[in-house]
Amino acid sequence: WYQRRVREFPIMALLDSFINKTVSIITNDGRNIIGTLRGVDQVVNVIMEESTERVYSKDGVDTVTLGLYIIRGDNVAIIGEIDEEKDSKLDFSKIKAEPLKDLIH
Amino acid sequence: GINAEYGATKIQFLMLFYSFFKTLVGKQVTVELKNDLAIRGTLHSVDQYLNIKLLDVSVVEPEKYPHLISIKNCFIRGSVVRYVHVPPHEVDTELLQDSSRIEAREQKKST
Repeated sequence: WYQRRVREFPIMALLDSFINKTVSIITNDGRNIIGTLRGVDQVVNVIMEESTERVYSKDGVDTVTLGLYIIRGDNVAIIGEIDEEKDSKLDFSKIKAEPLKDLIH
Repeated sequence: GINAEYGATKIQFLMLFYSFFKTLVGKQVTVELKNDLAIRGTLHSVDQYLNIKLLDVSVVEPEKYPHLISIKNCFIRGSVVRYVHVPPHEVDTELLQDSSRIEAREQKKST
């Protein structure tokens, strides 16, 4: 059934490589959710395990634990594969940024 | 001939840009999103909805947007894209114009 899903929905070929990897999702309201991507489908609904939200502000970065998350596809803007080595070296106390803008005004 | 290259098909307008982006696979592009975030990377693949997968990504203003600092590859949903900046020398604008004209003619015929 999986092969048929990949065949019928070419988008699966783009998304397959992210499964079971640590990913960073940017949502339409500018939030950044990080976790292990466990499932995707043709409308880009995602299931994330051990997810946390990284909240950026001019006072620094805050991490909120979320757990098992399902995000509806029409709210997903970017799925980014995290380079875990690079990410573990980041000094969050030094990172300050404005939160991302909403995607559709 | 021209149609074979940029492929005018029954699914009209959608296919023209899908085919156009397929010719840019492997090239560097910069995708600008509707929230002003711009991401540069190598075009890996595109689908009929113009969802884009980029490899070796880097954010255009990293001090302003550290949110993607440790990302190497990413998938960008087509619906959130504002612009795709492409390398001008990689585009055959004449071919694109001709294909657009043909598509427009085909669309007129079918309606």
